[in-house]
Amino acid sequence: MGVEGIGARVTRKEDKRFLTGKGRYTDDMSVPGMKYAYFVRSPYAHANIKTIDASAAKSMPGVIDVLDGKQLLADGIGNLICGWMIHSKDGSPMKMGAWRPLAHEKVRYVGDAVAIVVADSLGEARDAAEAVEVEYEELDVVTVAVDAIKPGAPQIHAESADNLIFDWEIGDSAAVDQAIASAAHVTEIEIHNNRLSPNPMEPRATLGIYDTGEDHYTCYTTSQNPHVARLVMSAFYNVAPENKLRVIAPDVGGGFGSKIYIYPEEIVCLWASKKTGVPVKWTSDRTEAFLTDAHGRDHVSQVKMAFDADNRIIGLKVDTVANLGAYMSLFSSAVPTYLYATLLSGQYDIPAIHANVRTVYTNTVPVDAYRGAGRPEATYLLERTMETAARELGISPAELRRKNFIRSFPHQTPVIMNYDAGDYEASLEAAMGQADWNGFPARRAEAGARGKKRGIGMSCYIEACGIAPSQAVGSLGAGVGLWESAEVRVNAVGTIEVLTGSHSHGQGHETTFAQLVSDRFGVPLDSVSIVHGDTDKVQMGMGTYGSRSGAVGMSAIVKALDKVEAKAKKIAAHLMEADESDIVVEDGELKVAGTDKTLPWFQVALAAYTAHNLPAGMEPGLKETAFYDPSNFTFPAGCYICEVEVDPETGRTEIIQFVAADDFGNIINPLIVEGQVHGGIAQGVGQALLENVHYDPATGQLLTASFMDYAMPRADDLPSFKVSHQVTACPNNPLGIKGCGEAGAIGSPPALINAITDAIGNNNLTMPATTQKVWEAARAGH
Amino acid sequence: MAKVILTVNGRTMSGECEERTLLVHFIRENLGLTGTHVGCDTSQCGTCVVHMDGKSVKSCSILAVQASGSSITTIEGISANGELHPVQAAFKENHGLQCGFCTPGMVMTAVDMISRHGANLDEKTVRAELEGNICRCTGYHNIVKAILAASAEMSAARQAAE
Amino acid sequence: MYAANYHRPSTVEEAAQILAGAPEGKYVAGGMTMIPTMKQRLAAPSDIIDLRHIESMKGITVDGRKVRIGAATTHAEVASSAAIKAVCPALCHLAGLIGDPHVRHMGTIGGSIANNDPAADYPAGMLGLGTTIIGNGFQIAADDFFTGLFETALMDGQIITAIEFEAPETAGYEKFPNPASRYAMTGVFVSKGANGVRVAVTGAGSSGVFRHGGMETALAANWSPAALDAVSVDASDLLSDLHGSAEYRANLVKVMAKRAVAAAR
Repeated sequence: MGVEGIGARVTRKEDKRFLTGKGRYTDDMSVPGMKYAYFVRSPYAHANIKTIDASAAKSMPGVIDVLDGKQLLADGIGNLICGWMIHSKDGSPMKMGAWRPLAHEKVRYVGDAVAIVVADSLGEARDAAEAVEVEYEELDVVTVAVDAIKPGAPQIHAESADNLIFDWEIGDSAAVDQAIASAAHVTEIEIHNNRLSPNPMEPRATLGIYDTGEDHYTCYTTSQNPHVARLVMSAFYNVAPENKLRVIAPDVGGGFGSKIYIYPEEIVCLWASKKTGVPVKWTSDRTEAFLTDAHGRDHVSQVKMAFDADNRIIGLKVDTVANLGAYMSLFSSAVPTYLYATLLSGQYDIPAIHANVRTVYTNTVPVDAYRGAGRPEATYLLERTMETAARELGISPAELRRKNFIRSFPHQTPVIMNYDAGDYEASLEAAMGQADWNGFPARRAEAGARGKKRGIGMSCYIEACGIAPSQAVGSLGAGVGLWESAEVRVNAVGTIEVLTGSHSHGQGHETTFAQLVSDRFGVPLDSVSIVHGDTDKVQMGMGTYGSRSGAVGMSAIVKALDKVEAKAKKIAAHLMEADESDIVVEDGELKVAGTDKTLPWFQVALAAYTAHNLPAGMEPGLKETAFYDPSNFTFPAGCYICEVEVDPETGRTEIIQFVAADDFGNIINPLIVEGQVHGGIAQGVGQALLENVHYDPATGQLLTASFMDYAMPRADDLPSFKVSHQVTACPNNPLGIKGCGEAGAIGSPPALINAITDAIGNNNLTMPATTQKVWEAARAGH
Repeated sequence: MAKVILTVNGRTMSGECEERTLLVHFIRENLGLTGTHVGCDTSQCGTCVVHMDGKSVKSCSILAVQASGSSITTIEGISANGELHPVQAAFKENHGLQCGFCTPGMVMTAVDMISRHGANLDEKTVRAELEGNICRCTGYHNIVKAILAASAEMSAARQAAE
Repeated sequence: MYAANYHRPSTVEEAAQILAGAPEGKYVAGGMTMIPTMKQRLAAPSDIIDLRHIESMKGITVDGRKVRIGAATTHAEVASSAAIKAVCPALCHLAGLIGDPHVRHMGTIGGSIANNDPAADYPAGMLGLGTTIIGNGFQIAADDFFTGLFETALMDGQIITAIEFEAPETAGYEKFPNPASRYAMTGVFVSKGANGVRVAVTGAGSSGVFRHGGMETALAANWSPAALDAVSVDASDLLSDLHGSAEYRANLVKVMAKRAVAAAR
């Protein structure tokens, strides 16, 4: 390991600009003549639009124009799409209702946009938005998924009878039923996975610029995948052809999934820029973010886990209802199916699994991928069930897990996934050691003497990352391929630019990707620049989500580096009159092995561009492009242990320690990987303890529409974390990387809830385990 | 419209704005200092923290006209000669930032915190003092570590100077 | 935020005059509640009269056990006041729990009690200490001041200029914060002194801050946490919301009261 190469704890190259206030986020962008947009949004969760009268608003000070959905439709702007086709078990395609960027007939959730006001200042735009008169005819509302599929529920889309989008299954139902019938013990539990708001600290924003001279559009946007945004806006929304549309996602202040999707606002601001002839900027406020950013989770599941007399799992049956909100967002159909039910084997050797998933429309904002996306739901379900089973069976939770661990690889689960490598016991051992699991009874007794209830809980998670093999996901319904691209440009002076389709919004790609190059050629980290986030600069790319940028994005860079290295070696061999196979690249030089002949890296680069003396027939230049399509998912896994103290008088839970033992395969930069784990755990703790999106079921009003009511984890809600890594290299990509971005959020919620239920002696507890719920459950417990 | 005069990062700056303009918008839009951010509407997230007359405040909850006449320090003003302030350096060294959006507010908060508590900071105090700053990326682990490291380094430097 | 005119008076009289000429105007002190409320367009004053530059409203004086705090004194100044800490550390403790460090640098005691948010900390302190609230031409006992949710005995144009109290022998404040807003889900201020025993509860009452007679009687007989074991807290007048039911708050009132007595100094 070099000091700046693979495996080094390199501090981040991008930090200086963020630390000195020089980051460039979308809302920081300003262009001459720019005006401000404010959206008129529905105050009702479900209503027909009778009339929209903007005449008063249009005459207010500073107002450029007010545009509505009928105008948008007349201009041919298309519906928002869902990019993953799921078929119900009866073979019928999912029943998808239209999602218009500006509703013109019907609104389906509070915050649904109906018009855009463009004005000289934000204040004036908002003043005018209040003066737009929209006459609504209110309709009955349903916000809870299981209520929406009951007979007589309000119908949200004509296309979807009873609000059921699809009724999908995976696995062998008969085999599972047989296992349950023959079981020595069956653990049954109802699992609720609470609805969350992603809340990256940077609210969404967009700046749409139409250039009349070139008939060209530029879209600055807070996106995790600018190329996908351009593709979709061009191919489906008919905003502009791809060659006339440049999408730039500059510094982006966190995403967590919520910035994958192409939202109405980007589309409408681009369109409005052409309509009004001025650049149009929109920046969400936090309440708009709560109302309109795609939410995450919101599952209810019935679970049956069957054990034989030796406490081995012989079958798992899951019946899940997933709330997808008022419209189908971009990846919404994939999250509760292929990103969820395919992970229901967990770390365990389960011979028979069956899951049935019904997805449902409700009068709530669309639900889509949020950090972990389906895998936290699977893990929470499994790990609470395992803990419950261990208690019912009277054996230790570690013992039950050990008994059922998968121990040989590759392992084919009954739910599609083929696990390639792992050592679950190693992470379990590491976590138990670090948590001093064996010392817990003494700590519990000591806490009891102080009037506190102490509990400990574990969770053994697995996830599928490295999303994803294009052919495989295509066969399962994906509308896109999930490869990644890279271009490595060696400049004539030897400095290097890497253009990547991955997008960094906190993950530190400018550092880790550069480490890869530095490691390969022995060049200084500072001589390597990473370029991303601009469709005019970077060739096509698929963006960053699903912990894919290491396993897929970096693999593409490796492929491009291979090509660069091969060409550089050819040039060096030619210049040094040596055999190509004898050339090695080390410490910034190309050397002839076994001799003292060397050429500095920059001289080879220069030779490539002067082209005065290249091998016969070689093209000048040193620049290569590669596309990498993974051959399998990757399977990060690990064990998390949480220890808590509950104050039975108030129900307050204090996290005493949180231990994470993860196997992410090979690690490029431990400093950054640890940071990803810390942040993921905090979000998981937020889900388990604090966060919940709450809609009023009668009116569909969002009751948690600001940080005053939606409890975000703060520094004093959390401890410092104990993090360790166990490594089994991923055999399916060149770097042996598995991915680390989501693990923390996936593994942590069940560990925390298992700890609390252990502390209070009552398993009847749902997330978030608020102080009131814990107080009540503790009173009903011990 | 109102005229606002501020000393910002040591320089006198003035501008015209609507009386309803928030200090944060004045700083960002009139003065072009976009390091100070807006992350919420309810005065909770702390991405907008600046120092007003030497004390940390939330610039999203103060009108520019209210601040007129005061001295403001923003994230752009705490380092000199291209050198990072010890708090900035500690955030980098300890990976106390990811997406960078909360970072200016965190740094301004940390500078204020350290100036009030000196070397007496411990983890519990730092966590309590961060009540008004939300980070969604780091889980606070490395932010706390960075602030403790900066506090130790700054008090050591002060002692060495005495 | 709606458009508004800004004024910066330097005396109380000038401030009152401006308001007299602007009936839809409002005073703003630290603005830590007022400005966010205006941002959300939940308040639309025509005029904003900034009280932050009135010298006579600033400062803390402690004379023996008599404490006077100027209305424009910030929470941070109260929290860190050595003079107050010497006679009534509970009030410093309370002020240090309001909002966050940045809010405490701006927010003022006068602004907080004039606003009388049902989940704010200071109203419990004022009622629990039996303070006198003083302003331009009025003196009102805290017992008569807090009249309902965001309602006080202040009349149009009146400005709080200071609060005064006799430091009690002992006092304590315990707060159970709302996990999201960090306002008090329940906060209880207890004191024992020349004014007798006082127990004031914030965050829990459906009509705002209130005194709990049952607890005061029990503590007057026996100043100890155990004395509260037998006292029942009626949930029927308590707030119920997303974060806590009335029954849960009733429990918190008692638990926080016991802890406040235990922590009292």
